[in-house]
Amino acid sequence: MVNVRSIPSPAAHTEERAHEADHPTSLLARFGADQPLKLDCGIDLAPFQIAYQTYGELNAERSNAILVCHALTLDQHVANLHPLTGKSGWWEIMVGPGRPLDTDKYFIICSNVIGGCMGSTGPASTNPATGKVWGLDFPIITIPDMVRAQAMLLDRLGIDTLLCVTGGSMGGMQVLQWTAAYPKRVFSALPTACSTRHSAQNIAFHELGRQAVMADPDWHGGRYVDQGTHPHRGLAVARMAGHITYLSDAALHRKFGRRMQDRELPTFSFDADFQVESYLRYQGSSFVERFDANSYLYLTRAMDYFDVAADHDGVLAQAFRGIQTRFCVVSFTSDWLFPTSESRALVHALNASSARVSFAEIETDRGHDAFLLDVPEFFDISRAFLESAAAARGLTKAER
Amino acid sequence: MTARQQVLPLTGVASGRTENYRGDHLLVAEMVERGSKVLDVGCGDGDLLQLLETRGIDGRGIELSREGVNRCVAKGLAVVQGDADTDLINYPDDAFDYVILSQTLQATRQPRVVLENLLRIGRRAIVSFPNFGFWKMRLQLLVGGHMPRTENLPATWYDTPNIHFCTIKDFVQLCDEINVKMERAVALDLYGRALRFNAPWWFWNMFGEQGVFLLSRAEKTK
Repeated sequence: MVNVRSIPSPAAHTEERAHEADHPTSLLARFGADQPLKLDCGIDLAPFQIAYQTYGELNAERSNAILVCHALTLDQHVANLHPLTGKSGWWEIMVGPGRPLDTDKYFIICSNVIGGCMGSTGPASTNPATGKVWGLDFPIITIPDMVRAQAMLLDRLGIDTLLCVTGGSMGGMQVLQWTAAYPKRVFSALPTACSTRHSAQNIAFHELGRQAVMADPDWHGGRYVDQGTHPHRGLAVARMAGHITYLSDAALHRKFGRRMQDRELPTFSFDADFQVESYLRYQGSSFVERFDANSYLYLTRAMDYFDVAADHDGVLAQAFRGIQTRFCVVSFTSDWLFPTSESRALVHALNASSARVSFAEIETDRGHDAFLLDVPEFFDISRAFLESAAAARGLTKAER
Repeated sequence: MTARQQVLPLTGVASGRTENYRGDHLLVAEMVERGSKVLDVGCGDGDLLQLLETRGIDGRGIELSREGVNRCVAKGLAVVQGDADTDLINYPDDAFDYVILSQTLQATRQPRVVLENLLRIGRRAIVSFPNFGFWKMRLQLLVGGHMPRTENLPATWYDTPNIHFCTIKDFVQLCDEINVKMERAVALDLYGRALRFNAPWWFWNMFGEQGVFLLSRAEKTK
């Protein structure tokens, strides 16, 4: 028989993950029955909670706050060790003392999105009405719902206007939603590797991921917690498919080529002979240790529904009419998930609204994930944009 | 074009700092009223935009080259990647007080359409371009029999981006044709110095190395 080895089952973390969903290793803002989150689907979600992290100090004028919006599979642990994986924060390269998002100057906030699984209310949380995990009883959420929840968190923190809202991918979608929904609360916006709407191809990839999760018998119609299982195989496949879209042909070739994994010759089996296979399997199995399968379904759905123009009679420029926010839009040449053409359409709409906008396309072969990686040109642009925004807000003297 | 160091009196820029700027940039900056909103089309590395921002002007830029754009954005300037020929149509009417086209007109595919767009987007336009009627150009063609090359336009005919050269006279004629009012015209010599103000047009067309024009929309005549 041909040797087959499927993705290993995650040994640990199931209990820790479940615990983290309700009792996060984070700051926590609880909203009671008197403060429901009004969801786009028509449901008032209450009570609910938002888990968040902060870095740096809020100044006396409360004018130096920057909101970081995280991407689909990330969370609020931007620049600290992750409580489940023990790995360093996902944007430490960008956030910290002397970094572009300088914690010596700015107060950085990042909250886990509503629907997430790292402490903000989502399908992995316990439904207070039943005492059981929400699962598929959790209402469908949207990008505007995520942003509405963040706005409630900022109200709680007493922050009226953000110096900047930034984020890549799904985080970039939230940035754009912030500027469309609360233009007066956003002094500057730095959306990266994103789009004002999810394309048909991207919806298709998400559907592939969701079907992989649902096809796993351990999914049990979403009630896997009751069954003591987790659809780790399906979720890992979803992650593997997703991960391919975050990279590029050139990056995969440069990183792995056709090189073999710990062997000289093919084994004539379905084992991971190629390094790229081994890498993808690792990505899949490490992801399921820290992510809830239902949460993946909900968050991909939220991205699919995102279309800023749809709420403004199909005219994107209407969404930004008269906006005073300073924009810096950044795309990457090899990003085929959110290609430059999508950013260009956004920039055209912003120009038509006479918004103050910068737009840079950065040349890299690292694909969509470039916004998370060491790309010095991106750091320089982010730093300069934030400094000029801070100077315009009277925060620091411009250095000329 | 090569950067030249030229001191022109310019209010608001401390003397001693002006030598950091190009002569035609200083002239353009002097034409722009303080506090106005400006679009610089073909802004290069953003030198002019930086000069304008020191004068309290809200400046935006469009630049074709990705390297130029990214250098501008890294200086904190509001610049987008775009093409004067194709992207100006995305800007609404009257979006800016001034639209500047500095040493770029001759490199556009449709100079007339671009010029019309400048004065649709901006209430005023400032256009500078190399004068192909400059005596050195004429001499090279007449005596040398080859396409002219100068210090400021060193490219050969086969690799130049400049596909629509014109003379000051040609440009004045185009302005008349499309009903554009010339509020101010200055011809600069090879060293970026303004030529005598009361000289006749033929003199400017012969001895001006470049022309700088402040334009506005002419009143519609019935």
